Amino acid sequence: MTTLADTEGHLRGANADVLKADARRESLALLALCSPGLLLVGVIIVLPIGWLFWLSFFDENGMLSGSNYARFVEQSSYIRTFVTTFKVAFTVTGLCVLLGYPLAYMLSQLRQRIASVCLIFVILPFWTSVLVRTYAWLVILQRKGLVNTWLMNLGVIDQPLSLANNFTGVIIGMTHIMLPFLVLPLYASMKAIDSDYLRAGMNLGASPSATFRQIFFPLSLPGLASGVVIVFVLCLGFFVTPALMGGGKVIMWAMRMEQTTSLYSNWGAGSALGVILLAVTLGLLALLQRLFGARATGVWSAR
Amino acid sequence: MNEDLGLPISHWRRLWLYAFGGLVLLFLIAPSLIIVPMSFSGSTLLQFPPQEWSLRWYEAYFQSVEWRDATIVSLKAAILTTIVATPIGVAAAYALNSRMLRMSGFINALMTASLIVPVILVGIGTFFIYARVGLNNTMTGLVLAHTVQALPLVMLTVLSGFRSYDMNQERVARSLGAGRFAAFWQVTVPQIRFSIVSGALFAFITSFDEVVVSFFISGGEVTTLTRRMFNALRDQIDPTIAAISTCLIVLSVVLLSMAQLFGRRR
Repeated sequence: MTTLADTEGHLRGANADVLKADARRESLALLALCSPGLLLVGVIIVLPIGWLFWLSFFDENGMLSGSNYARFVEQSSYIRTFVTTFKVAFTVTGLCVLLGYPLAYMLSQLRQRIASVCLIFVILPFWTSVLVRTYAWLVILQRKGLVNTWLMNLGVIDQPLSLANNFTGVIIGMTHIMLPFLVLPLYASMKAIDSDYLRAGMNLGASPSATFRQIFFPLSLPGLASGVVIVFVLCLGFFVTPALMGGGKVIMWAMRMEQTTSLYSNWGAGSALGVILLAVTLGLLALLQRLFGARATGVWSAR
Repeated sequence: MNEDLGLPISHWRRLWLYAFGGLVLLFLIAPSLIIVPMSFSGSTLLQFPPQEWSLRWYEAYFQSVEWRDATIVSLKAAILTTIVATPIGVAAAYALNSRMLRMSGFINALMTASLIVPVILVGIGTFFIYARVGLNNTMTGLVLAHTVQALPLVMLTVLSGFRSYDMNQERVARSLGAGRFAAFWQVTVPQIRFSIVSGALFAFITSFDEVVVSFFISGGEVTTLTRRMFNALRDQIDPTIAAISTCLIVLSVVLLSMAQLFGRRR
């Protein structure tokens, strides 16, 4: 008896070893499947960013120093860039919430078929080139553009408004481009809210507005938070629209990085700007995850 | 799901919501709706609606060697990116879908890094590394950079296809003697092919519409359409770009409806 049990135990042990070896081999095979992608990302994203990170700690003479970072608090031009960037990012994010929340709410309440038709209006611009949309806004908002022509023909204004090549133009163009990034995750999270909760609330005597305030709105917060963070983070690093709609007057973070690296070939300073931008981005995403859990950050992939 | 919420709120009391939502939808679609007819304007002043109709800006687009070359470069890059990114993305999705892979969280984070890292940093970083290996202004460099941008989209699209697929079918095929690749190719691929096609379409459009990275790493013979447009827009508002934009809008509509069509049949 004992010998048999021993053999059985031994066999089970041997079997477990084989299984473990199998699992290891399987895991390695799967890792090999990922390797081309990982290699590309490693060489094109991780390696240069690591290199630039390293560079940012050296000054022009190749000496280890914090001078690249010190200039951000010393030079007023950098301070101005940061102030502009955050001003734009806050304004655009705020506008996106004001426009996007009611839209997402409406979409979530419509019948599925009508909602899918309306969603095309959100998804189509989302997949249209940022350049095309920026160009369209330039044409619409310029001095002799659509808005000014129409307003002057209607007699609302005598002088054309300056809507493009300034702060206003940047805000309008960026809000248009960022809006789907807020609406899509928000809509997804609103769709996931169980309407039984709302019905229960109303059956218990809550008014429609109380139901919205006390049940629907809190449940939509994770979706709203992830939309807000996505939009804010994208605004901070946005390049195309501010460069084209700002008329050289609105210098944002990304344009500053482009100028320092390609115009002045100051890789240390440009890298330092990039390092801070990346740190702020990752920090905000980590904060989002901390506050609302993995589901909220997962919506990032709504794109 | 909530086809009808059945809440005692009448549509009339919500009229303001519908009106506001409709206006926001209009705001979203208006630029595309306006630029299309404007591109058929006969005058150098882009008017809406155009006073006289003509195809002169389309002629300007197709007759310009520079615009034509840039379009060919962009198309070539987009096709090659699709060809490179799709298999790599599918392989990664396959691996990540399996529970056997260790460190899958870490690998997932790395593969989707290009969605999170600010694109300006990716552009500058790619330019920086390419300058050292001589890949700036080359088709190879462009395709590799665009592949990195397209990879997470392909991977996530295919991963969502895998989610509605029962992997046991492939296991059954293998237990019946099919080789690993044969089982995947003959059993799994036909069932997730719609998400693979969607992913491929996303890869194409990601590459074709990409601006920032191309702005840094393309030039000379290998100047993409978007880079040329960006530079042209910095100087003045050329009506030719209205014609190009219309073509790009049409392309987005076609690709998107294809992706939607395939997505529905999944």
